[in-house]
Amino acid sequence: MDPKNLQVLVDVNLKSVAWFYPELWLIFGSMGVFILDLVWRKNRGRVRLLAGATLIVLACSGAALAMQPADAVSLFNGMIATDSFANFWKWLFLAAAALTVVISSGSQEFAPERIGEFFALLLAITLGMFLMASATNLLMIYMAIELVSMVSYVLVGYRRADRKAHEAALKYVIYGGVASGVMLFGMSYLYGLLGTANVTEFAVKLAALSQGFAGAAPGAAAATKLALVLATVFVSAGIGYKVAAVPWHMWCPDVYEGAPTPFTAFLSVGPKAAGFALAIRFFFGAFAGKMGATGLADSVAGIPWPAVVGVISAVTMTLGNLVAVVQTNLKRLLAYSSIAHAGYMLMGLAAVSATGMQSVMIYSAIYLVMNLGAFLVVILVAQSTGSESIFEYRGLARRHPVAAVAFAIFLFSLTGLPPFAGFMGKMYLFYALFERIGIPGGGWYATLALIGALNTAVSLYYYARIIRAMFLDPPYEKAAPVEASPGGQLLLGAFSAFILVFGVWWNPIVNWSARSLQIFRG
Amino acid sequence: MTISANWYLLLAAVLFCFGLVGVVSRRNILVVFMCVELMLNAANLTFLTFARQQGTMNGHAIAFFVIAVAAAEAAVGLAIVIAVFRTRGTLWMDEVSTLKN
Repeated sequence: MDPKNLQVLVDVNLKSVAWFYPELWLIFGSMGVFILDLVWRKNRGRVRLLAGATLIVLACSGAALAMQPADAVSLFNGMIATDSFANFWKWLFLAAAALTVVISSGSQEFAPERIGEFFALLLAITLGMFLMASATNLLMIYMAIELVSMVSYVLVGYRRADRKAHEAALKYVIYGGVASGVMLFGMSYLYGLLGTANVTEFAVKLAALSQGFAGAAPGAAAATKLALVLATVFVSAGIGYKVAAVPWHMWCPDVYEGAPTPFTAFLSVGPKAAGFALAIRFFFGAFAGKMGATGLADSVAGIPWPAVVGVISAVTMTLGNLVAVVQTNLKRLLAYSSIAHAGYMLMGLAAVSATGMQSVMIYSAIYLVMNLGAFLVVILVAQSTGSESIFEYRGLARRHPVAAVAFAIFLFSLTGLPPFAGFMGKMYLFYALFERIGIPGGGWYATLALIGALNTAVSLYYYARIIRAMFLDPPYEKAAPVEASPGGQLLLGAFSAFILVFGVWWNPIVNWSARSLQIFRG
Repeated sequence: MTISANWYLLLAAVLFCFGLVGVVSRRNILVVFMCVELMLNAANLTFLTFARQQGTMNGHAIAFFVIAVAAAEAAVGLAIVIAVFRTRGTLWMDEVSTLKN
C-alpha cells in the first residue's frame, strides 16, 4: 500500500479516539476491576469496594459521553459512527449496568469472593452494547454481537455446580452459536452482492443493484433477488435472536430461569435494547431511503419488509402472552412477558417512520425501569423464601406491603394501564401504527394495532393473577417473612416514583428521544 | 485452469447446510459444536470468494476476525460443556432437559 494512504488511515484512527472515550473507559475499567478483584481479595468490604469501583467506571464513561461532541461522525474508517441516536442508547445501557451493579451487590446469589468477575464482565457487556448501538460495518456488527453474547454465556452459567445454570448456559451457547453463524452467512452474501461491508453505503448499492434487474436475464435477476432475500432473512435472524423475537425466542425462558436473577434482569433490558438499536440502525439507516419514506418496502427485492416485521411482531407478542398465562415460576413468566414486549416494540419497527423509531426508543427507556423493578421484587422475595414460585407471593401485601405495592405498580405499568409510564410508552407505539394506516396499502397496520390491543388484554390476565395472589389470597401459615434491606426498599421506591412521575409527565423522555433521532448516514 | 467462483459459493452453501442440518439433528453436544464451526467456516469461504472476485480486502479481513471469534466461542462453549458433563455425566442433548415449562 502507498505509504501516504497508510498515513491517512492512521490519522483517521487517531482522530477517532476523541469520540471514543466512553468506550475506552469501559475497556480499561473492565481490566481495572479484574485487577482490583485480586488486590482486594482478602478485604472484608470487597463487595462494596468493587461495586463502588464499577460504578465509578460507569460514571466516568457517562461523563465522557456527556462531553462528547454532538455532531454525527464516522469513526475508525467507517467501523462505527457516533450520533445522538447512539448516545441515547448508550445512556440506557449505562443506566441498566449501574442499576444491575447496585441490585447484585445486595443480592446473595453472588458469593463475595467471585463478585469482582461479575462486575468486570458486566462492564465488558456494556462495551459490547455500546458498539452494537454505533456499529456501521458488517464486521463491527458481528464482533459487537459476539462480544455481548459470549460474555452472556459465561455469566448465565455463573453459579457453580448448579445444574440449571449449566443447562441454561449450554442452551444459550448453542442457540447463540447457530444464530451468529446464520447471521454471518447472510452477511457474507450481503457483502458479495453489494460489494461493501459498510452499512451506510447499502442504500445506494441496493438501488444500483435493483436498477440492474431490468437489463439482466430473467434467471440471473431472480437468483440475485433470492440471494438478497435470504441474506436479509439470515441477518434478521441474528438480530431477532438478540431481541428474543419468535421464531428465535426458544433460548429465552430457559436462560432467564437458569441465570442469576440480577443478570436475568440485565439480560431482559440491556441486550434486548441493544438489539433494537442495531435493528433500527441497520434497517432504517441502511435499507430505508430518507427517514419517513416507505423506501424499505421497495428497496430490498420487492418484498414488503414492514409487513414481514409486522407479522413477526404479531406472532411474537401473541405467543409470548399466551404461554405466559400458564407459567407458575415468576422468572419464566417474566421471560415470556419480555418476549411479548419485544413483540410490542417490533410494532414500532414495523411502522418504518421517525415516530416508530422514536416510540421504540421511548418504550425501551420505560421498559428498562419497570422490568428491572419487577425483577428486583422477585429477587427480594426469593432471598427470603428461596423460591420464585407464584405461590410464594400469596399474601405479600400483608407480609411486606412496600414490595407488594411496588410490584403492583410495575405489573400495571407492564400491562400498559394509565396512569403508569408503561401506558405512555405503549400509546406511542400504537400512535406510530395509526399514523401509517392512511398510507396506500397500509390497511394491515390497523390489524396489527388490533392484535396489539387484544394482547394487552391477555397480558392483564396473567399480571393480575400475581396481583390477586399478593393482595387477595391469604398467606400460607408457614410462609417465611419477607425482608428487604433499606437499600432495596429505597430502590423500589425510586423505581415506583419514576413509573408514577413519567406516567403523567412524559415530556422529558419524549423530547429527549425526539432530539436523538439523528442517525449517521454516510 | 481456473475454477469459477460459483463452485466455491456452492461448496460454501453445501457446508452451511450440512452444519445447519447437523445442529438440528445430531444429539451429541460436541458434534453440535462442530456443526456450528462448520457454519462459520462456510461463511468465511463465501467472504473470501467474494473478496477475491471483487478484488477488495474487506472480505479477507473479516475472515481473519471470524476465525479469532470462532476460537473464542469454542473456548467458552467447551468450558460450558465440561461444566455440564461434571454435573450430569452426559454429553447427550436429550438428557440435559431440567428446564421446561
